[in-house]
Amino acid sequence: MSAIEAAAPTRSAASVQRHETLHVLARSKTFLAGATIVGFWVLCAIFQARFFQDPNALSVHQLASPSGSHWFGTDRNGRDTFARVIAGARDILEIAPAATLLGTVLGTALGLVMGYFRGIVDDVLGRLVDAVLSLPVVIVALLAIVSVGPSKQTTILVVGFVFTPLIARTVRSAVLSERELEYVSAAQLRNERAPYILFAEILPNVLQPVIVEFTVRLGYAVFTVATLSFLGFGIPPPSPDWGVQVADHYGFLSGGFAVWPVLFPSLAIASLVIGVSLLADGIAQGFDG
Amino acid sequence: MARFILRRLGLAVITLWLISVLVFCSIQLLPGNVGRSILGPLASPQAVAALNHKLGTDKPALTQYREWVTGVVKGDFGTSQKLQVPVRPQLTAALRHSFELALIAFLVVVPLSLIGGTIAALRVGTAVDRGITTAGLSLSAVPEFVTGVVLIAVLGIWLNVLPISAAWEPGAGPWTQFTHLLMPAIALSCVLFGYIARMARAGMVEALDSDYVRTAILKGLPHRTVIRRHAMRNALLPTITVIATQLGYLIGGLVVVEILFNYQGIGRLIYNAAQAHDVPMLEGGAIVVGGVYLLATLIADVLYSLLNPRIRHQAAE
Repeated sequence: MSAIEAAAPTRSAASVQRHETLHVLARSKTFLAGATIVGFWVLCAIFQARFFQDPNALSVHQLASPSGSHWFGTDRNGRDTFARVIAGARDILEIAPAATLLGTVLGTALGLVMGYFRGIVDDVLGRLVDAVLSLPVVIVALLAIVSVGPSKQTTILVVGFVFTPLIARTVRSAVLSERELEYVSAAQLRNERAPYILFAEILPNVLQPVIVEFTVRLGYAVFTVATLSFLGFGIPPPSPDWGVQVADHYGFLSGGFAVWPVLFPSLAIASLVIGVSLLADGIAQGFDG
Repeated sequence: MARFILRRLGLAVITLWLISVLVFCSIQLLPGNVGRSILGPLASPQAVAALNHKLGTDKPALTQYREWVTGVVKGDFGTSQKLQVPVRPQLTAALRHSFELALIAFLVVVPLSLIGGTIAALRVGTAVDRGITTAGLSLSAVPEFVTGVVLIAVLGIWLNVLPISAAWEPGAGPWTQFTHLLMPAIALSCVLFGYIARMARAGMVEALDSDYVRTAILKGLPHRTVIRRHAMRNALLPTITVIATQLGYLIGGLVVVEILFNYQGIGRLIYNAAQAHDVPMLEGGAIVVGGVYLLATLIADVLYSLLNPRIRHQAAE
C-alpha cells in the first residue's frame, strides 16, 4: 500500500515535467525543423503507392535529364527518378527504427544488468562490449551480413545487435549513479528481487537518457542502413532504396552521364539524416532545459 | 604512470583476443564450402575434398582457430584463398595506402574544425555560432558516400577542378597523387568536422568562462593574447587527444570512401575479401583494423592523461 501512496505524487510530478518538456519541444526551432523533414518523408513512405507513379515502371528514356515529364530525370533502366526517390523512403523508414528499437531494448537491458551488478558481470560484459566497439560498425555489419546473406530482416538484426553495446554503455553509466540512491536501497531492504528493482525501480528513472540515446541512434541507424545498402549488403536491389540507387549509378558518374539518378537519392538521404539528427538534438536540449 | 600504461596495455591485449574470437566465430558461420567456392560448381567432389584438406578447412573449428592465432602472433596471416598469395604483404600495402588517405583527411579536418569550434565559442549564442553548430551537426550525420557523390558531381563534373577517382596513372608525381586523394579525404573528414568542432567549441566555452581567463582579462592582457595563450591552450589540448579516438570511425568510413573513389586501401581490401569469401584475408583485415583502433585509443588515453594533470594524479593513486 505504502508503495502506491509514495508513487502517486511522483507520477503527477512526472506528468507535469513531461508536459513542460513537450512545451519546450514545441518552441524549439531545431526540433520543429527536424520534425518537418522527417514528417515529410514519413508521409511519402505512407502515401507513395496512392499518389505517385509506380517506381518500377520502365520507359524507353534511359538516363534522361530532368524535364516536365520526369522531374528528376530517369535512371539507367528508364525508371522515373522522382517516383523512386519518393518510394525509397519506405524501406529505410521501416528498417532504421526497427533496428534502433531492437538495439535500445537489448542495450537497455544489458546496461541495467552491467550497471546494477557491477563486479565480475560488468567486467566480463564490459570487455565484450569493448571488443565489439573496437571494430568499425560497418565492418562488424559486413562480417555478419556476409555470414547470413542480405535481407531486410538481417539488416534489422545486425544493426540492432551492433548498436546494443553502444546503448548499453550509456545506460550503464546512468545506472551507476542511480544505484547509489536511497530508493534503490529501500527496495533492496524490502527484499525485492533484482529484476523488479532493475525494471520497475531503476528503469523509469533512466528513461530520459534512453530516449535521447534512441533518437541519436536512429540517426546513426539511417546512416548505417543507407551505407550498407550502398555497399550491397543491405536492402536487395529491385527495391527503390536510396543507397541502392546510388550504388547502381555512381559507376556512370565518370562521363557525367548519370548525375541526376545519383544526386537526387543522395540528397534524399542527406535530408533524412539531417532531419533525424535535428530531431534528436532538439529532444536532448528539451530534456536539458 | 608506467602501471597505468601497463594496465591499459593488458586490457587492450584481452580486447584484441576477444576480437579475434568474434571475427573467427562470425566467419565460421559463413555458408558454403571453401573448396567448392574456389573450384566452381563443375569440380569433382574428390578435388573439392582434396583442396579443403590442403587449405585445412576440413579440420575442427578449434584447431583452425589455434593455428590461425599462433600464425597471427608470429606475423603469419596465411595465404589468400582468392588470390593465392600471402596475406601479410597485401595487408601492409593496403594499410599504408589507407594511412596516406587518413593523414590527408586529418590534415584537412583538424585545423578547420578547431578554427570552426573556436569561432563558434567566441561568438556563442549568435547566428555565427548557430550556423557552425548546425552545419557541423548536419555534416556529421550524412553518410560518407552521400558527401562523396555530391562532391564528385560538383567538384569533379560541373566545376571539373579535381579528379573523380583516387586511382592515378602509374608514375604520377606526388602532387598528382595528392590531388587524386583530396576529394576522398574531404568526403572522409566531413563526418569528423562536426564532432571535433563540437568538442573544440565546448572546451573553449568552458575555458572562456574560467577564473584564469577572467584573471588574464582583468590584469589587462590584450584580448588576442588571452584567447591564444590562455584559453586556447587549455581548451584545445584535450580536444586534440580526443581526436585520436576517432581513428576507428575513420576506418569504418574508409570502406565506403575507398570503394566510391576506387582506392586500394584496407577498407576496400576487407570489402573485396568479404564479397569473395576470402577467409584468411577477411580475418587478417578485421584483426588488423581492430589492432590499429586499440593502439590509437591507447595512445590517446596515455596522451590525454599526460596532458591532463588531474587524470595523471588519479592514475598514480
